[in-house]
Parts: sequence; structure tokens; C-alpha cells
Amino acid sequence: MKIDSPDKLNAWKEECLQKDAKLKKKVMVCFGPGCLAAGCREIYAKFEEILAERKLGDITLESFKKTGCHGLCEKGPLVVIEPEGIFYNRVRTSQVKDIVEKTLAKGEIIERLLYKNPKTKERVLKYHDIDFYKKQTRLALRNLGHIDPDNIEDYVMRDGYQSVAKVLTGMTPEEVIDEVKLSGIRGRGGGGFPAGRKWATCRGVESDVRYVICNGDEGDPGAFMDRSIMEGDPHSVLEGMIVASYAVGARDAYIYVREEYPLAVQHLYQAIDDAKEHGFLGENIMGTDFSLDIHISRGGGAFVCGESSALMKSVAGEVGEPRAKYIHSVVKGLWDKPTVLNNVETFANIPLIMNKGGDWFRSIGTEKSTGTKAFSLVGKVENTGLIEVPMGTTLREIIYDIGGGIKDGRKFKAVQTGGPSGGCLPEDKLDLPVDFDTLTKAGSMMGSGGMIVMDDHTCMVDVAKYFLKFLVDESCGKDVPCREGLYQLHKMVVKVTEGKASEADLQLMEHLSKYIIMGSLCGLGKSGPNPFLSTVRYFRDEYLAHIIDKKCPGGVCRDLIRFEINDKCTGCTACIAPCPVDAITGEKDKIHILDQEKCTKCGACYAVCQFDAIDII
Amino acid sequence: MKPEIDVAELKEIISHSPQKPSSLIAVLQDIQRKFHYLPPEAIKETSSALGVPLSQVYSVATFYSAFSLEPRGKHTCRICMGTACHIKGAPMALEQAEDQLGIKAGQTTPDLRFTLEVVNCVGACAMAPVVIIDEKYYGNVRVDKMKRYLDGVRDED
Repeated sequence: MKIDSPDKLNAWKEECLQKDAKLKKKVMVCFGPGCLAAGCREIYAKFEEILAERKLGDITLESFKKTGCHGLCEKGPLVVIEPEGIFYNRVRTSQVKDIVEKTLAKGEIIERLLYKNPKTKERVLKYHDIDFYKKQTRLALRNLGHIDPDNIEDYVMRDGYQSVAKVLTGMTPEEVIDEVKLSGIRGRGGGGFPAGRKWATCRGVESDVRYVICNGDEGDPGAFMDRSIMEGDPHSVLEGMIVASYAVGARDAYIYVREEYPLAVQHLYQAIDDAKEHGFLGENIMGTDFSLDIHISRGGGAFVCGESSALMKSVAGEVGEPRAKYIHSVVKGLWDKPTVLNNVETFANIPLIMNKGGDWFRSIGTEKSTGTKAFSLVGKVENTGLIEVPMGTTLREIIYDIGGGIKDGRKFKAVQTGGPSGGCLPEDKLDLPVDFDTLTKAGSMMGSGGMIVMDDHTCMVDVAKYFLKFLVDESCGKDVPCREGLYQLHKMVVKVTEGKASEADLQLMEHLSKYIIMGSLCGLGKSGPNPFLSTVRYFRDEYLAHIIDKKCPGGVCRDLIRFEINDKCTGCTACIAPCPVDAITGEKDKIHILDQEKCTKCGACYAVCQFDAIDII
Repeated sequence: MKPEIDVAELKEIISHSPQKPSSLIAVLQDIQRKFHYLPPEAIKETSSALGVPLSQVYSVATFYSAFSLEPRGKHTCRICMGTACHIKGAPMALEQAEDQLGIKAGQTTPDLRFTLEVVNCVGACAMAPVVIIDEKYYGNVRVDKMKRYLDGVRDED
């Protein structure tokens, strides 16, 4: 069925709503990245198996939906029962039968499957009463967890493709761009460039062909917002791209997706097929003379391809090396044509801006950073997961109110934002509002939205080493300051972790960083020294502890620590097998002995010990 | 020991994509998926079918980490080294895997059974540390479980 007018779209929406209203109950099984890892596929299969054997009145298999990420990944697999909003967490396959027999058949609540508030120890019945969700404002993530991403009707029911109808039949491209400008939305990929200005520049360039590209290359380690959107709500990305293509005048658009995200690719293909079938893509969309095709381009696993000019090379099937940007890609981009490149989250926001207006969007967030931002809140925090908050929310609110504080009651040390190009912020920066400019000023950056919380058991020098190693591996090697500079910088940080560096080395490293920033071609090199610079700026004491005292306060750097078994050891033998070098000996119920000569300090014993019997000295 | 390559099958795979230079990465990905590596024949066939110089195919094949010029094992064990996994003990899991398989990251066992890889974040950070064996994810990995995971795969063979 082709939807070629706003009236038809509204009629279809009505039809979808009526169909949905007939479902007495809906069982949302989360298929987000975290729940997939936790085994939601088995949970869903179990529901199917039970439903095949047992009649459940009005509840049929149609009531069971595989949804995108609900956010609270830490507690997966998650099952939410609508309309009540009953939130079951850590569901095991053995408990599925109980859910069917008790909750679905009789309406009984299964107490032990409910979320437990870690502070009050009370069970929480409903989704939206959980602290984790209370402080969030979900715009880009609006449909995640509420719809089946493979079902276009679910999307249409929740105002899907309304902005396409509105824009194509009632607005000129210039009006669309003005609305986006008015909203003040800045690119969510990290740079924070105002999207409206980008679109306007592209449209202003004289050319017969223009392109729109969606950057779904989310290469920052510790970030999975874009993955979750592409997997859980692919149509919202397509809808945003259709509006953008209309605004700048593109006939073809591309989505560049990382190959590590096979499910995202699968859902996007399905979404494109469904959108085509219903006339949202292809020839004469909404009965107008605007036509558009969206193609998928799969990345090859190179971090540098998140950089705009490298990404465009990769879409063209070439090696993803960046170029000097004397001419911006909005002027000369893909195949040397004017190109608009925005990321997944930016596009997912566009339909809302079109439907509700730029003024509405700018009423959320701060003056210069409007709207909301999605983050993946991970690391040593109680509630890890996917969140979205208005810009201007403080780091403390995010980590303590939404995240529930530091895991296992340990002490907060730093929060890392912005991926490898970002930086680490210490405790006295926790009250900073999160927006593009504040984070940059503090020496970190917004990045695409990975937020990694670190506790006192993390070594900041090791963190710098980790990111520099990452960047050395991922540098494309085109220019010397990045290729050789980062290599040397990494080597010197390694020297610090080995306790072999001197204070003069530290100065040399700061010096070298300056030249890397000055001489590098693209963003990867220009921001490459950031992990070192931000850690040395806020955690200089830790560097000095490594250099002068030859100690690693975080207990991580192997050359500077040793493991010892204390008298809390119960003789449970759990640590003996994991030791790869057989350095631990002992009998049951007797304190074990660790042979320092053999020990490689891998930490396996420390990780498995349940009794705090291993000290790191 | 290199597996035999059926050139007709190669051509068939290549023919699924538009025969133009911009399909290069997509074609190589399809071949990689089928054979788990890019045999020399694949590089040559792709070059002539898409009209891309051999040197350029080679350059793309060696630039992207998705491609391998060496045969891969039947099973792939991938250890995620994203930031969250790193600070939650992924390096230990890697060491255990290396110890269990007797190979280093990036290598394949001589019997072509396992390839051990390190990946930069698979986006399952909430479950860190994460290990992926073939398509199956293992979250909140404890180092002492590595052996059990790998044994599980061995037993299935």
C-alpha cells in the first residue's frame, strides 16, 4: 500500500492504533545490546514455546514484541508488560513459565522479578517509578522499548513519518532549514556543529547532485547509543534523513554502519524495504515530485572512518584516509559533490523538531546546547545502560541519581567522556553541566556520548595508555605527527607505567603533545593527545606516584604492584585453577600461598576471590 | 594448510553487487563472510570484475580490520577491549583465552579451530567485560569462566 498523502497516512495511523488497542496485553521483550548479551533470545523462544502449547485467552503471539533497548542494560534481560508497565528484570528462562501462568493468566505480580531500589531495598512495580528513568527525557530514544523495530505499523502508530507528510506537502526546503536552525540542534556525533547551518551551506552550493549521509560508524569504545537507535528504531533515522534530503535537495542518501553491528544492518534493511513498500522512499514520495533512495554502506572496522572525509572515501569503496579540509565536505564531499553528514542521533531528533517546532526543541536544554543528549552510562556505576537527559544536566545527577552511584560502594575517581579524543574529569568537576562548550572547556568533550565512570581501582596512567594504544592502532598513517607522534607518546606512557620514566619525560610528553595537535591532518591526531593531557592535568599526582614513588595507586600497573594473600583466606581453592602460571598452592580450608617468583600479576586470583583475601600492594 | 577455493563460487559472490569500483568493500565483505578470509584468488577476481587495480584491492583489504588475508579458524573468539571492558578486567580475560588456546590475539590455532581476536567495543558495554564466541555473547565475564566457555564450544564440535 502506497501512502501518497497526509490523509492516507493519518487513516493508516488510525487503523494501526485500532489494531493495537485490540491487544489486551503487550509483552515487550528487550532485544537491546545488553539484553542480547544476557540471553533475551532464549527468553523470547521460551515464551513462543509455552504459547504454542497453551491457550491464553486474548493473548496471542502477536502480543509479544521484540523491542529495542529499554536502557537499564545492567538488569537484563528485561521484560515489560503493558499496559500496566510492569517491569521485570534479570528474567531467566526458567521463570518464563511463571510469568505466563501468574502475571499474564491471573494478573499476579511476581515480587522477586521486580526491580529492587538499591538504596531503599524496596521492590519497584512500574517502569517509570524507577529512579533510573525518572530524571530522563527521552526524545531521540522515544520509541526504544515501545515498538518492534521490524514492524512499520508500530512506528506509524507513534506518529511515524508524520514529519515527512508535513514537510513534503506543506513546507519549502528553505522553511525546513529555518526550522532546524531555529531549533538550535547541534550535531550529536561529537563536533557539535549546528545542523541547520550545515544544511543551509550544502543547499547553497551550486551543484546538480547533492548527498546526505548518516554516520552510524559509532567507533568510540564505550558508546552504543547509535547502535541502540539503529537497532531499536531504524525508521526514525530514515525519517530524519528523508527530511534532510528534501531540505538540501538530495536524490540519494547513504547510511554508513559499522560492521560490528550486524543487527543494526539487518533492521535498517528491513526498514528501508518497508518504507519503500509504503512509498516513504522511492519515486514521488507523498505524491510530490520528490524522490529519494537510501543505501546502506557497511564499514570495514576502521575507527578513522568516523571522520567525515575518511567516511566518504570508505562509502566510495576506497581506503578510509582523511584529507586536508581546506574545502569542507558540505561543499565537496562524497564523489566531490556537496554532502551533508550527520550522525544517527541527530537524524532521530529531526522528525520531532518538524512535528513540534524548533521553538519547542530549544525550550529544552541550555541556550547554546539545545535539546537532549543520549549517553551510554557504563563502567563502575550501579545502573549501567542507555540514558537520555536534557543538555545542562550535571555529571553528578547523571552518575548518582540516574546511575545510582559507584558500584560496590567504592569511591569515584573520574568520568571519561568523548571517546579516545575526549578526556577524564575528576570529582571536583562533577557539578559541571553537560553541554558541548562546558565539557570542551574542562578539557574533555561531548563526543558521541560514551560516559565511562571509573572508581579508585582504576589507574589513570593506564587509562591514558589504553586510549593511546587504541589511537596508535587506528591511526591511518597518512601523516607523520599522528602516526609517529602518538606512537612515541604511547611508548613514553608505557615507560611511566613500568616505573622507568623521569619527571623530564613528563615534560617531554607534554611538549610532544603540542606538536601532535598542531601538525596532524584530521581530528584523530588533533585530539589524540587528549587522553594523556587530561589525565596529566587532573591526576598529575598519580603520574608522579608512578615516576617518583614507583607505585601505582590504582593497583593496576603490573611492574609496580604485587599480590599477597591475607589471613581472610578461607582456603576455598577458587583461585588455584584460574592462575595461568600455577603460582598459588594450598589445600582446602588452609590459607593458600602465592609464589611471588612465579606470579605474573595477571589479577585472575583477585578477580575470583569472594573473601577479600587478596591484597594489591 | 590452505583450504581449496572454488573460483566459480567466488564469481557468484562477486556478481551479487553492482560491478563498479564503489562496491569494492561490500564485495570483499561478502567474500570474507563466506570464506572467513580473503584468498589470493579473491583479490584477483575482485580486481578484474570491478575494474579496480590489484594494488588498490590489496590496499583496501589490508586497511580495514574486517578483512584477513590468512585463513581463520572455524570458531572466532573475540574479546572486547572497549573502555568499559578494559577497566572491568578484559585484559585478564584475554590472558586467560591466550593461555587456554595457546595462541596470541590475532592468531589462529594450527588446527584452524579457533581464531582469537581483540575488538574495539561491540557496544554491549553495560555487560562489560564481554566475550563473543562465534555469535554468542558472554557478559560480565569472570576470568575463571573462560575455560568453560571455550570448552563448551569444543564439546559442540
